[in-house]
Amino acid sequence: MMERKLSEAHEAQEQNVELSESVQKKRKIVVPGEIIASGEDYLPSEGARRIGNEIVASRFGLAEEAGRVIKVIAITGAFIPRRNNVVIGRVTNVTFNGWVLDIDYASSAFLPIEECPHFINKSEMTQFLDIGDTIVAKIWAINKRGIDLSIKSRGLGKLEHGFIFRIGPNTVPRVIGREGSMVGMIKEKTQCNITIGQNGWVWIKGNTSEEEIKARKIIEFISENVSVDGLTEKVEEMLS
Amino acid sequence: MSSMDASNITVDHMRKLLSEGKRFDGRKIDEFRKFEVSFDVSNKAEGSARVKLGKTEVIAGVKMVLDAPYPDSPDKGNLMVSAELLPLASPRFEQGPPKFDGIELPRLVDRAIRESGMINLKELVVTPGEKVWTVMVDLYPINDDGNLIDAACIAATAAIRNANIPGIKESGVSDYKNRTKKQIPVLKDCLPLSITFYKLGDAIFLDPTREEAESTDVKINFGLSHWSGKLMINSCQKTGPVPFTQEEIEKMMSILPEKYKELNERLKKFL
Amino acid sequence: MTFKRKDGRKVDELREIKAKVGIIPNADGSAMFAFGDTIAIAAVYGPRLLHPQHMQNPETAILRVNYDLMSFSVDDRKRPGPSRRSQEISKMIEHALMPVLDLKEFPNTVIDVQVYITQADAGTRTAGINAASMALAHAGIPMRSLICSVAIGKQDEELVVDLTKAEEDFEGGEGPSDIPVAKIADTDQFTLLQLDGKIPPQRIKEALVLANKACNEVYEEQKKALKEVAGQ
Repeated sequence: MMERKLSEAHEAQEQNVELSESVQKKRKIVVPGEIIASGEDYLPSEGARRIGNEIVASRFGLAEEAGRVIKVIAITGAFIPRRNNVVIGRVTNVTFNGWVLDIDYASSAFLPIEECPHFINKSEMTQFLDIGDTIVAKIWAINKRGIDLSIKSRGLGKLEHGFIFRIGPNTVPRVIGREGSMVGMIKEKTQCNITIGQNGWVWIKGNTSEEEIKARKIIEFISENVSVDGLTEKVEEMLS
Repeated sequence: MSSMDASNITVDHMRKLLSEGKRFDGRKIDEFRKFEVSFDVSNKAEGSARVKLGKTEVIAGVKMVLDAPYPDSPDKGNLMVSAELLPLASPRFEQGPPKFDGIELPRLVDRAIRESGMINLKELVVTPGEKVWTVMVDLYPINDDGNLIDAACIAATAAIRNANIPGIKESGVSDYKNRTKKQIPVLKDCLPLSITFYKLGDAIFLDPTREEAESTDVKINFGLSHWSGKLMINSCQKTGPVPFTQEEIEKMMSILPEKYKELNERLKKFL
Repeated sequence: MTFKRKDGRKVDELREIKAKVGIIPNADGSAMFAFGDTIAIAAVYGPRLLHPQHMQNPETAILRVNYDLMSFSVDDRKRPGPSRRSQEISKMIEHALMPVLDLKEFPNTVIDVQVYITQADAGTRTAGINAASMALAHAGIPMRSLICSVAIGKQDEELVVDLTKAEEDFEGGEGPSDIPVAKIADTDQFTLLQLDGKIPPQRIKEALVLANKACNEVYEEQKKALKEVAGQ
């Protein structure tokens, strides 16, 4: 049941949210219980449901009409994990067969010992990852027990050096930008390595403290101003 | 924000930044964030103040209670400072009996104010040996973004300065509906303030954000005020299992006078 | 002759409402709601892991509400720590909010709702429910609708809306009655119903009708406050 809801969430969050264009794209802020549209033709998707002839919001957020489908996109609130999300997590426990991680979600995540890129014994586990260490990982599966992670792809693995901070998970699409354009611009201008987890955790590693602090400031600025007009121009200004 | 524990790389990075005298928000290591003080948080309180220090927010309320004096001080009123670290303010605070932070915070603020002598307790006597006022200050953090102690002390001092003494009914009971125009008797230039130094690695800094505070394991708190025109340290407590060197302590002594002066002037603007 | 209320309000007139969302940055959702001089703040944390593990429910999230007065919110200082009264009201608020929440979506977790009163002038639980409802929505919790709450009162034989403390202490005739209610917005479903005082059964309907109208006004203010935070 949770998986079906999560794959619907997948659809909703795949799109970039450009809140400043909400009027053109038939988007409006709705509160739970508010009627979004009336008519039998509409199909309620994530965050919406049908009551009789009406489509009603099931959460607070941005209601969007795309053809016949109506959904409510989350603009506040916790991270909703979906399969294949790239997230950053922190080790909270080392068990006999893997590592338990906090990814800022209500259930913890688990990285099996087999995911370690080289062979290690159970006694050597903390040498690879100890409590407080952080990784970039992909969500492999979501089930009743929790969330399973994998680091067996390029760009994934243990994070060394740099630092991590948090932004609201619903602001991540805006910080990443259309096809990564926004974060790409920041990386280029500050010469920093930046990884943005879908769970709102951000990792930065740069060559100088000044550039790292600048990159963080700009990311936080975007995150706090997602619905402001002319955001991209403001960011360009801040970067120059 | 649900996740509150710092990651190892972030702690290491913070240690490096601080040792270079740098911070994420661009402040200097001995720089306090901007703060705002507003009053009249509750019209049921004799006095109240709300302090916003960066994103840290604390409310202090003063209630005055008429009662018998303590047996060992029949000619004085009393002061009592309490605090509740409500789960409201941080995912770190839990329901239930206070943990150490919740026990320490009001005690540090209490000593800073008590030892400064700001409140003239002798003038809070209504009937000697029988009826005195107790000034009860209650502290409530509303949002914890680090340095609750210093913010709470500003709030407590401001709330006490904002308070009006309740009336007394014919029956001898306090009349909260009819407060007098009289304020709590205080030494006007006293203004007790708290300045807490935090240490990470070899770096010593002031007014941490929550993120910075989480990376440290030791702090040393000073309560200061003016007494007879001189700056006095009224209270001090080191908390945490890491030692301070004599040189570090002497360095703090050289920072305190100017820091107290600055905070004092900033607070005066609101009073 | 129209009944005169102490503060000059009409019988069906609410006190001035103030509502604001997002007042506590650390919380997943937060809000403030005031009826006149009664001010409530609420913070929501969750869904998050529930410790200890044995308290977890594998079928559903647990809603945990904690309501209390701040010491200086009332004339006679309230000693810190939960009282029987605050524990009972916490439960009432929990039951008032639960019907609109889809708790089964988050098994083994807890949603913590903290409600505190910074200034009390009667109707504290109703202001608290209104604040908590906005805070839950702000936290992105899936909800069927908002919950709106108000206290209907009675002064002798006159039914009035949103009592002040002075009105609660009314003396004379049938005396005062205090009827706090909460509803699922835009529906006829009541999720909180309590009563203290004297009222004949045949007048309850009248009280509920007054409550409906008042709750609709509350709903409008809650909606406005939520939409304002998104517009930023």
